[in-house]
Amino acid sequence: MEAPPTSRVNYLNASYGVKSWLFTTDHKRIALLYLASITVMFFVGGIAATLMRFHLVQPEGALVQPDTYNKLFTIHGVVMVFFFLVPSIPATLGNFLVPMMIGARDLAFPRINLLSWYIYIVGAGFTLYAIMTGGVDTGWTFYTPFSSNYAHTQVIATALGVFITGFSSILTGLNFIVTIHKMRAPGLTWFRLPLFIWSMYATSVIFILGTPVIAITLFLLGLERLLHVGIFDPAIGGDPLLFQHLFWFYSHPAVYIMILPGMGVISELITAFSKKKIFGYTFVAFSSMAIAVLSFLVWGHHMFVTGQSVYAGLIFSVLSFMVAIPSAIKVFNWTATLYKGSISYQAPMLYALGFIGLFTMGGLTGLFLASLATDVHLNGTYFIVAHFHYIMVGGAVMAYLGGIHFWWPKITGKLYPDGWARLAAAIIFVGFNLTFFPQFVLGYLGMPRRYAVYPPEFQVLNVMSSAGASILAVGYLIPLIYLTWSIRYGPAASANPWGAKGLEWETPSPPPTENFEEIPIVTEEAYAYAEGRTAHV
Amino acid sequence: MRKGARRMSETVSSGLPAHAERHHVGHGPELRHHFEEAEQQHEASTLGMWVFLATEILFFGGLFTAYTIYRSFYLPGFEAGSRLLDVKAGAANTAVLIGSSFTMASAVHAAQTGKRKLLVTCLILTMILGCVFLGIKYTEYAEHWHEFQVPGLHWDSAATFFKNAPNGSVELFFCFYFFMTGLHAVHMIIGLGIMTVMLILSWRGRFAEKYFSPIEISGLYWHFVDIIWIFLFPLLYLIGGRYQ
Amino acid sequence: MNVTSSYQLCAAVYAFAGKWPNFPLKPPTASTTAASVDHLQFALTAITLFFTIGIFSTIFYFMVRYRRRSEDEIPAETQTSLPLELTWTIIPTLICAGLFVWASSLYFENSRPPNAAMEIFVIGKQWMWHLQHTEGPREIDELHVPVGVPVKLTMTSEDVIHDFFIPVFRIKKDVLPGRYSTIWFQATKIGTYHFFCAQYCGTDHSGMIGWVYVMSPSDYARWLNSNVNKETMAGGGQRLFTQFGCVTCHGPGGNGTGPSLQGIYGTQVTLRTGQNRTVDDAFIRQAIVNPNALPLANFAPIMPSFQGQVDEEQILQLIAYVKSLGPEESEMK
Repeated sequence: MEAPPTSRVNYLNASYGVKSWLFTTDHKRIALLYLASITVMFFVGGIAATLMRFHLVQPEGALVQPDTYNKLFTIHGVVMVFFFLVPSIPATLGNFLVPMMIGARDLAFPRINLLSWYIYIVGAGFTLYAIMTGGVDTGWTFYTPFSSNYAHTQVIATALGVFITGFSSILTGLNFIVTIHKMRAPGLTWFRLPLFIWSMYATSVIFILGTPVIAITLFLLGLERLLHVGIFDPAIGGDPLLFQHLFWFYSHPAVYIMILPGMGVISELITAFSKKKIFGYTFVAFSSMAIAVLSFLVWGHHMFVTGQSVYAGLIFSVLSFMVAIPSAIKVFNWTATLYKGSISYQAPMLYALGFIGLFTMGGLTGLFLASLATDVHLNGTYFIVAHFHYIMVGGAVMAYLGGIHFWWPKITGKLYPDGWARLAAAIIFVGFNLTFFPQFVLGYLGMPRRYAVYPPEFQVLNVMSSAGASILAVGYLIPLIYLTWSIRYGPAASANPWGAKGLEWETPSPPPTENFEEIPIVTEEAYAYAEGRTAHV
Repeated sequence: MRKGARRMSETVSSGLPAHAERHHVGHGPELRHHFEEAEQQHEASTLGMWVFLATEILFFGGLFTAYTIYRSFYLPGFEAGSRLLDVKAGAANTAVLIGSSFTMASAVHAAQTGKRKLLVTCLILTMILGCVFLGIKYTEYAEHWHEFQVPGLHWDSAATFFKNAPNGSVELFFCFYFFMTGLHAVHMIIGLGIMTVMLILSWRGRFAEKYFSPIEISGLYWHFVDIIWIFLFPLLYLIGGRYQ
Repeated sequence: MNVTSSYQLCAAVYAFAGKWPNFPLKPPTASTTAASVDHLQFALTAITLFFTIGIFSTIFYFMVRYRRRSEDEIPAETQTSLPLELTWTIIPTLICAGLFVWASSLYFENSRPPNAAMEIFVIGKQWMWHLQHTEGPREIDELHVPVGVPVKLTMTSEDVIHDFFIPVFRIKKDVLPGRYSTIWFQATKIGTYHFFCAQYCGTDHSGMIGWVYVMSPSDYARWLNSNVNKETMAGGGQRLFTQFGCVTCHGPGGNGTGPSLQGIYGTQVTLRTGQNRTVDDAFIRQAIVNPNALPLANFAPIMPSFQGQVDEEQILQLIAYVKSLGPEESEMK
């Protein structure tokens, strides 16, 4: 039998002291450094959202002046997009699991991994500095000429923070691509890889190709703001729409950076909690790559009402419809995986099932926006807000939480209380829908987004949404409490408490620093549940 | 089967798993322990540099795209601006950089064949040529400053550069000129920093036939910076209609 | 629940909710194009509900039917089925193709204003809307229009990007500095409706709202006449034409240094570069603020720029004046 965890050396107790953490090159420790940082940023962005929803219970605004409200939604967007969602799964679960799932001892470039965390911290530092010294009120989209020539807030500091953090993503993506290509264990061919790895690979492709473009865009914005050279200023011939094209060329693929890792997590959760091989492995794997490629071709759907040519609109519309198809394929394959499975409902599975439904809805509401005729009406309204929150919160955040719960025993060596976890999942599901479903209606009724005050006929739906937000906030606080509690007081976890397939489950919980005593040799397909009894230790 | 998932026959021939078999086989200090073999490390480093260069292409690509779009809007102004650039300096810089790529490639070859003195010499030559490039660039910038051709900082908005070219569009051209060559120069400076480190390590005898990967990937970076210039020179200096 | 019955259910729900005064699910349908946009919206809602409910209920059914009964059970493997994969790839693709064709043709139809559209000019600036009728009346944050008449809005911004959005007509368009954007509508229901700025533009973005007053033709005529400002846009333009000295070079009695503007609107002119350009609103605007960008063949490029001296409203008045001197609006606009 396995020795009790406390007496065994693992990556957590192998060395002590602040320096052993701040100068670590162990991918698992770096994952935890990221986990702590992004959790902080999640709550920064979450506080901004809470204040916004509180403010919006009254048509004339209940809490703050319009200037402050504008800063709140900007900060909420900037922090949540760049400092939470983009790094969330890749930098925490990805960093921890990519080497383990492929049977490697670390990523290809461990020191660059640490560097990427420091770069993230510096970028976050600039952004927090901007928040504390007056904030920024341009919207996370920084549209010109407002952001370049009219805003009086900390645009440059914020843009610098985002610019710097972009390099963190680039280095993470670079590390993952090289690791997955060059460090797979013997026998682990591409089509035996867990689908989480496929999704990390696809995400990394987008990191590599998309992030540099936002970097150069923000760089140009900063130069224009500093030097007033007028790249985007119509008065000297600049084109404000050029900014939008450059911005969305990254920011659309960025939303796929935010969802592809979540989809990878869901593939792992669905298979583990139904003890079945994924249905249509090849289709799911290729759909991740298809999404990554197509994501670069659709950015113009954010600009249908800017006056771009009708023909450009047609092209972007048809491509936007096309990018929906691979996601649909995944949803059907996940659902089919459940068929004749052996399904258990621990919290990670509840999150996964919630994801499938909410992502379906969020994705389908994207079709309303890919359709040119309806987008004309819906663009710039709360319908858009609801659409992307369904995918990013109902989708990505739930996948993130599901993954955190699933791999928590592996990461910490402790079990969390599943009863509380299921309760929190249910609260989050209810709170989420109450917050964002009314916003679809608000949008169709015509309430524009980014409004600090609104006509009174929209109040009922706003109050519903704010009520939901308060429930959602409670739902998010509960895991923070019991997960932290479990680190100290939770029962010890075995190597494979869920009875799941995957190389990460074949090593103790928590793993030793070098991950595996001996590099495993892979002889079976991914999720080979039916091929023999799963080692349920 | 690709290198990434190593041939199973290699690993199970002795009945021992790969790690145990290779762990105590002699390898140099340069093998980092998360890699199983030096070959794997070398391939990983090289792939890593290529992926990084891909990101650089997209980084410069954004600027190139914006430049192309504005050039199509404001052709007279961009041509006027282009004619104000010093083609001789640009051509000299192009020759300098191509030369430095030659010396860099020689350095890589020297490292591959274990010739330490030649390696050090070639690295020094590369760095000298890099500094010459930056020096010529500096004189160009100084000249533009003198002529009030620096947008935002030192610009003569009353100047008439060309009959059909509004001042604003010439200013836009110079924005791109300074951004693109400036960003390139920053990359050159970073390249010189990398070369300094490589020089020190080479001097200390760190590289030989068995291990020269850092020289190789530094060479990749240097060649990339050279190639960016090969694109910048015609785009900025040569297609301004000056040779009609 | 198939798609057709979902569609009918949605349409019924929308219609029912629309009659429930305190909880509408859609805005009033007040333009000729609004109803067709609503139909597309219903269809999309029906498809969304069909698939969402379908997936959720399938998952729920599987959750119950295949719940784990013992820890040791290992389910049999289900083989991947290529026909199934193809089915659920092809059917969504066909649905998407159908939606794309429907939405795009509707968009195409709605994007071209009818020829006889009455023109109103809109200028957005932080944080108010100036609207100008050709007959003279100027409004701030209000738009009076007659019912049943196609109206074309030509819009520009004085500063940042705004967006003019009229929910009940289901239209919106970004309003950009330095260029003109156009939308059109034909109101079908008399009433008072919101318009909003729908592109974030700074502090008072949420205050940049106003009212559209759709009136009967006779009421509209009465409103026009009661308006104190008797100067039409073209008249104002003529006044500015003299005031800024344009008449010196371009007027009928002018010295011929600049091209005569008689009949020039809508025609083609040749630039020094050999390019041909149509003299439309955007051309005239550019000629006023940045004449060096449009050097004409046969004329010396000595026209000064008036950027900063005329605001967007005045430019629109000058354009109206030039239009009044010449042939009909070109089809090529």
